[in-house]
Amino acid sequence: MGAATLKTSSPPPRRASSDPRITAGVIALAAISLLIGGAFAGLLFEGAHDFSGAWAAFDPYLLRVVRFTLWQAALSTLLSVGPALFVARALSRHPRFLGRAFILQLFAVPLALPAIVAALGILALYGRAGYFAGVFTGIGGGSWPGIYGLPGILVAHVFFNLPLATRLFLEALQTIPADQWRLSSQLGMGARPAFRLIEWPTLRAALPGVAGLVFMLCITSFTIVLTLGGGPAATTLEVGIYQALRFDFDPARAVTLTLLQIALTFVVVLALTRLGANVVGDTNLPVAPRRYLSVNGTETLLNVVLIVLALLFVVGPMAATVMAGLGADLGRLAGEVAVRQATLTSAVLAFLSALLSVTLSLALTMARRALALNHRSGAKAMLEHAADTGAGFVLVVPPIVVGAGWFLLLRHVGDVFAIAPVMVVAVNAVMAMPFALRAVRPAYDAASERHERLCAQLGIAGWNRLMLVDWPSLRRPLATAFAFAMALSLGDLGVIALFGSDSVQTLPYLLLARMGSYRTQDAAGLALLLGLVCLALIVAAHWLGREKNRDA
Amino acid sequence: MPDGAASRSEKGASVRLDQVSFSYGEAPLVFDVDFAAAKITAIMGPSGSGKSTLLNLVAGFEVPQSGRVLIGGADVNAAPPSARPVSMVFQENNLFAHLSVEQNVGLGRSPSLLLTEADRAAIAGALERTGLAGKEKRLPRELSGGERQRVALARVLVRDRPVLLLDEPFASLGPALRDDMLDLVAAVHAERGMTVLFVTHQPEDARRIGGHMVFLDNGLVAATGKADDFFTGAGPEAFRRYIGAGAGDAVSRDVARKRT
Repeated sequence: MGAATLKTSSPPPRRASSDPRITAGVIALAAISLLIGGAFAGLLFEGAHDFSGAWAAFDPYLLRVVRFTLWQAALSTLLSVGPALFVARALSRHPRFLGRAFILQLFAVPLALPAIVAALGILALYGRAGYFAGVFTGIGGGSWPGIYGLPGILVAHVFFNLPLATRLFLEALQTIPADQWRLSSQLGMGARPAFRLIEWPTLRAALPGVAGLVFMLCITSFTIVLTLGGGPAATTLEVGIYQALRFDFDPARAVTLTLLQIALTFVVVLALTRLGANVVGDTNLPVAPRRYLSVNGTETLLNVVLIVLALLFVVGPMAATVMAGLGADLGRLAGEVAVRQATLTSAVLAFLSALLSVTLSLALTMARRALALNHRSGAKAMLEHAADTGAGFVLVVPPIVVGAGWFLLLRHVGDVFAIAPVMVVAVNAVMAMPFALRAVRPAYDAASERHERLCAQLGIAGWNRLMLVDWPSLRRPLATAFAFAMALSLGDLGVIALFGSDSVQTLPYLLLARMGSYRTQDAAGLALLLGLVCLALIVAAHWLGREKNRDA
Repeated sequence: MPDGAASRSEKGASVRLDQVSFSYGEAPLVFDVDFAAAKITAIMGPSGSGKSTLLNLVAGFEVPQSGRVLIGGADVNAAPPSARPVSMVFQENNLFAHLSVEQNVGLGRSPSLLLTEADRAAIAGALERTGLAGKEKRLPRELSGGERQRVALARVLVRDRPVLLLDEPFASLGPALRDDMLDLVAAVHAERGMTVLFVTHQPEDARRIGGHMVFLDNGLVAATGKADDFFTGAGPEAFRRYIGAGAGDAVSRDVARKRT
């Protein structure tokens, strides 16, 4: 019966060209291509314009930047993934204890936190004037120099990626069948042999994917390096591009750096897809299955220590953000025109960006589905491939690169800073698409599976179909995607760092400006505000996503 | 949409598949068969013999690679499903889960749910006729499996097309409920006189309401004729093999086991 239902759920192919869903998909793809293509045009134009300049940019400084980019990413990966293996194992050995679910929820928070908020939290904790400065001074003797440079970058990257890797490894460990645990406990396997024979093979299978993902995230990390790098000694390609455009105004160097960054990310993404990694870096909350575990006292103690250490490391910067934020003069901040203006700008831009992101994602999803229904058993057409992977390839091109390309292209035309809002909305929308697609696509495909023939039979198409059929079943997934995209856009300090100016400021941009002018208290207050809003949005996104099955 | 009053008619239309060939990339199916107007024809055959595909070709969900589908003598190959003088009831997913009974039926009159007073009266009448009066505002998930298929039949009534295609619509219902539904189909047929093509796995369904029988085997029309003749042993060898042990009385016992 399965095969039969599969076969019969296809509408006839001849109306392919007139299906408005495909038209919508083509428009969405064209918009994305324009965004990315325009950036490349800018880069190539600039490169051709000043070829010798671009070539001359290959100097020792550039090599140092490339080396540092790779070095910090490698170290961050090692320090995140290594401990995560053991924390995940400790959590999986104790499938039931009070607060376990809460710990896992907490481990999801860094994913939701804007990088600049986390950076401030880390500075508030370990910085020169941080809460721990006194302790460090006492231990080391002499004054604590702060955490700028490589240590700061590493701490921040581990703060983001240790919880992520832990959750991914835990997910992998949950896939071990309960039978294996039952068997191992019957055979009297202790912790060591159980790790060697049961857990490690699973972890090792997940390791390349997780490590690759973390490496990728660290190689394209911009905000952390910008705020915690603290000087030319600790600069990555992305920050180099920003500095070349905003401070040195050296377009030739920016082109070279950008092309290098593209080549680097391309290689990493290629390797990642070979490893079958989850490039989006989203995780499900693992549910604890019934286990037959025998954990002895010593191991329990070790596991508790491990989990508590990881927890402290993750909670520390968050707590510091809250404490420092509450220490700021929030009343005065709320009254400041600049703050109000930036909040409004952020809200509007993030809203528009989320709207665009969700619209593009829906258009691509609908077109992909319509094309898939049409081609049936035949080979996929080019268009379908594009609709399928169109969002994936934007991952290869980091926001800064797109921003840099357009920056170079538009500076010949007029005022680069005037188009800041457009750039922020467009780039953030496209960057949030992989996440939005994840929320929308399965829901749409499932709904289409149920409704396709019925709609064809009753002549429900186009606008009628969108309002009567698709909207009710997609409301929740769309809201999830929207909240997620809005949170990402709200916290982003990438494109706005390039295009921001006194006239167009978002909250993260204002935050950066306050940090730059050493108004740390203000920055802490803003960080608290930004962090809470983003967190609320992500929580809403998850809540909407989980409830969606009720009506199905 | 080029549908509505134009395609409605009082009497059933004949359905003809003229050397229709179709393939899912495997062995091709070839149908060349006539379905008498205003009659109920049962379509039987082993799994994979092409029963559902035949209905999908008539409904317009599939398009022949060659040959013509004629309804009431007119070639409908180029018409999209909604423009064909056809209603179809599937085994499942006949309703939109988020729309009420009334709205689901109303879609049979207007794909945008813009209903006139006459439409509303027709909908109320159809719900009454199918025993759903008082359940207009319910959502499909608040109905039993049998009631959901009744809603689908109510929509067939308000659409009022000359051809009704039933693709095992009662396969997941219990025996007593299925018999009720078959009787409802038979009663509706007696009133409206539409042409009914009815795919089923259950021989006693065919005996209950199917005057005619088309037996498919291996993508071809293996035999056609009166349903009674098939069950009295006049059917082809393949049909007896499909039914199992010597047809006749054995049928009901065999079926009791086959019911899923």
